Amino acid sequence: MNSIYFDNQASSKLEDRVLDVMLPFFVNYYGIPQSIHSLGSITQNAMNIARKQVAALINAEPEEIIFTSCGTESNNLAIKGGVEALQANGNHIITSSVEHISILKPLEKLAKRGFMVTFLHVDKYGYVDCLELQHAINKNTILISIQYVNPEIGTIQDIKKIVSTVKSYANIIFHTDAVSACGQVNIDVKDLNVDMLTIASSVIHGPKGVAALYIKKGLNIIPQIEGGIQELSKRSGTENIPAIVGFGKACEIAKREYKQNIKIVSTLRNKIFHEITNKIDHVYLNGPITKFRLSCNLNVSIEFIEGESLLLLLDSIGIMVSSGSACASNNLKGSYVLQAIGLNKVLRQGTIIFNLSKFNTLEEVEYTVTEVTKFVIKLRQISSLYLNFIKTGQRIY
Amino acid sequence: MTFYSKKVMNHFLNPRNVGYIKNADGIGEVGNPICGDMMTFYIKVSNNRIIDVKFQTFGCGAAIAVSSMVSEMVLGKTLEEVQCLTNDDVAQALDGLPSNKIHCSNLGADALHKAIENYKSKHQNDNILKK
Repeated sequence: MNSIYFDNQASSKLEDRVLDVMLPFFVNYYGIPQSIHSLGSITQNAMNIARKQVAALINAEPEEIIFTSCGTESNNLAIKGGVEALQANGNHIITSSVEHISILKPLEKLAKRGFMVTFLHVDKYGYVDCLELQHAINKNTILISIQYVNPEIGTIQDIKKIVSTVKSYANIIFHTDAVSACGQVNIDVKDLNVDMLTIASSVIHGPKGVAALYIKKGLNIIPQIEGGIQELSKRSGTENIPAIVGFGKACEIAKREYKQNIKIVSTLRNKIFHEITNKIDHVYLNGPITKFRLSCNLNVSIEFIEGESLLLLLDSIGIMVSSGSACASNNLKGSYVLQAIGLNKVLRQGTIIFNLSKFNTLEEVEYTVTEVTKFVIKLRQISSLYLNFIKTGQRIY
Repeated sequence: MTFYSKKVMNHFLNPRNVGYIKNADGIGEVGNPICGDMMTFYIKVSNNRIIDVKFQTFGCGAAIAVSSMVSEMVLGKTLEEVQCLTNDDVAQALDGLPSNKIHCSNLGADALHKAIENYKSKHQNDNILKK
């Protein structure tokens, strides 16, 4: 069997239909939209189409879409550009403790410059509490950024309700990082009533190197990359035309095929969960079990084993997953999301994360469940924790 | 996975000397599950040499590979030779470990030293009893 890929929130397979529309812009149409000659206007048209396609995915207007190089850049632009635009009004920012690092790091830097940052807690399923948010708001609050969907534990926040909680306060900008919601949740910026929203191409079978920031009409933020007139001067720099064209196509497909994709991934995801919990004891679901969970996401803790070792065993036979284990993270600190939901340290070590895509098949899922079961038995036979538990019925932690 | 050497992957995928020894002469335990890695080593000693060694490890790929490698390295060695063995020696025998794994997962030699201490203290007690 070929490799089996379950890490689609890190990056997803570039779809053939997307690659096809991109290729001419590498080879034939290498102009830039600012040129008046024919190659310029071809790229200008292509960008206009892409901008419409991206806007349509989130029910925005085309002129509200700013193309960037990645979700991280969009988040940086939203946070720094938003704060710099509003700093005369106050110095307080609110976010949650489970945001992507591209939200947390810019905020860390702003905190060093004297801004006050409140990190909202989340409950054991990863949800922020609107009441806590309301209490956190003060007269100096200028910006709130709360993630739409968490890629690790699948929590879908009720952004509409959260925004309605804060919208009675004038002058507060609300941003949401919706990268993990792309193609998985029906995003509607008008219904959500957000001011800024980040989406990215690489999680919806589009190319890497392109993303977007939705900025509501009339909202002015301070550009972070200057020197040109591109993207209404909000993001200067030569446009990555092939990637933008591909992103547009990926958005068009994601919008059109959204319902059937959700059905495919949720059916497969549920099958993995039910089979694994049937075949392996002491397996626990992390994140919500309701419909407000990312359809493609499964995060389980398998007790008495460590996630990196399971990840490596699966990888040795071509099955690719991720883990929240400290040992699988570069800084060896492990997942701050699992920490924020209050998961026991040993169970954090045993996490394994599946993020499926429409390209996964039933056959792949069945094979994976068999192999996971086999490898968990193997690791537990080595594990002092498990053998001790079997002998004494006690946990030593 | 490219960040582990071929030797690490070999020991991780096919660990040697997994298990435990009934009536072991010495047992050594290092690490704890909260930090991520925990190793328990069992040794059998005869004529001042390690004649059998088994381990149980909860931990990452590096921790399992280190356990397996060190078990091979100490089998048949004298207690003094094993006491001179360092965690670095084990990492070298594995053609190196990623720098972030050196401190937390590379505890194999420490575990063996503890097992020998355990053996010696038992042995001493036995001798005192015999006297």
